[in-house]
Amino acid sequence: MDTGNTAWVLTSAALVLFMTPGLAFFYGGMVRSKHVLGMLMQNIFAMGLVSTLWAVVGFSLVFGDGGNGWIGNFDHLFLWDVTDLDGDIPGMAFVAFQMMFAVITPALITGATADRLKFSSYAILIGLWSILVYVPVAKWVFNGWILDMGALDFAGGTAIHINAGVAALAVVIVVGNRRGHGKEPMPPHNLPQTVLGTGILWFGWIGFNAGSALAANGIAAQAVVNTHLAAATGMLGWLLVEKVKSGHATTLGAASGAVAGLVAITPCAGFVGGASPLIIGTAAGVLCYLALAIKEKMNWDDSLDVIAVHLVGGVVGTLLLGLFADTTVNDAFDGLFYGGGLELLKDQFVAAVVVGAFSFAVTFAIAKSIQTTVGLRIDEDAEYQGLDQSQHAESAYTA
Amino acid sequence: MKLVTAVIKPFKLDDVKDALKAAGSAGITVSEVRGFGRQGGHTETYRGAEYKIDFVPKVEVQIVADDGAVDAIVDAIVASAATGKIGDGKIWVTDVDRIVRIRTGEEGADAI
Repeated sequence: MDTGNTAWVLTSAALVLFMTPGLAFFYGGMVRSKHVLGMLMQNIFAMGLVSTLWAVVGFSLVFGDGGNGWIGNFDHLFLWDVTDLDGDIPGMAFVAFQMMFAVITPALITGATADRLKFSSYAILIGLWSILVYVPVAKWVFNGWILDMGALDFAGGTAIHINAGVAALAVVIVVGNRRGHGKEPMPPHNLPQTVLGTGILWFGWIGFNAGSALAANGIAAQAVVNTHLAAATGMLGWLLVEKVKSGHATTLGAASGAVAGLVAITPCAGFVGGASPLIIGTAAGVLCYLALAIKEKMNWDDSLDVIAVHLVGGVVGTLLLGLFADTTVNDAFDGLFYGGGLELLKDQFVAAVVVGAFSFAVTFAIAKSIQTTVGLRIDEDAEYQGLDQSQHAESAYTA
Repeated sequence: MKLVTAVIKPFKLDDVKDALKAAGSAGITVSEVRGFGRQGGHTETYRGAEYKIDFVPKVEVQIVADDGAVDAIVDAIVASAATGKIGDGKIWVTDVDRIVRIRTGEEGADAI
């Protein structure tokens, strides 16, 4: 048992936990005031439901040793007998850390489907999604065949961001656009909340990425620096293009760019060094801003840009790792720019495509099944009234 | 008796209030309102998407007054609310049929 490593992983679990309420406020500020409690609720509810599912069965299905690269086993149901899972940190520290990843991943989807999901159906959606999509993908990427194939994902570029980004798209296609989308303005109701949420996400992401070293060592320190620099340059990249293309550097742009940089550095955090995080962050800021145009072109009401930020940001980071991975930072693989040839890039590409395709197909099936049985979407009156009153019988702001 | 209604720029409210007090007004009623006129709205941009905001926030001030006091009140508002730029607002005066002070039941000029 290494007490230093254990302390850092336990601390990181708390940091990652904090990201989910951070995400709630990041998203909550961007919706209209009649939907803000609905958005906050969808996010914090994931902390309740997904944590429970993780303890009951999720952890065992991802990290139980099923003897294959596809799925775990049922040896650790209800977190039974996990004390010896990992070498120098307690199994329970790893359980706690990984639980927070399982919680925030489905919560990322809520930004795309804002203002129109029936709450009970949302609960079914993320419950099924956690078991049928997150569990297998996390197994493959962190502990299974995608890892064995040689693809790298330090903290969840494929398993979390591509996975959730593609799932968001699938649910948007099933549930349809908000009523009035494209016709009436739907501006953010409270950008200060969004900026606050961004600060919490940025802070928590330090634990998300550097905690993934599972040790208090040089790789974790490199991951802290990389994470912070990618957020910084993500912000600069986004603001630069935004200023050129639409005339102003906006607060929402600064927040969005920082998150885009954080998403892109996630798979790379413990594998790159030097100027690489600056390049990866800048690329994410620029490309994620440009990707905002995708939803307009396709008429997808990805309300808060989960595709542009998480899917595109996740793809940018996953592929750039194939170029920038550096064995002097972490003895895994060298990318194309460090003499490793094209092999890693090819593996990264395969991982991105497989995770994306699997997530889309299964998420689409889950959403369709819910839609045709209990319904996925609130009716027109409820949507006009807002999630807060129609789903929760509350109002966020009273005079 | 008359009702004087003025729509003014919100940041001019304190100046207008002070001017009305100086002109002898016994009380005013203030509401936050939105509207459009020649000033038009403005544009906001969120993640590259432009929104035209047509309604401009304004403050509406209402004063009931004796017929003889109305001109002084209107002059006080014009002098205190004007910036010379578009969007300074408007003032209109209407007849009032009846006024009652709720506490005492007094009516007419006594209730102002």
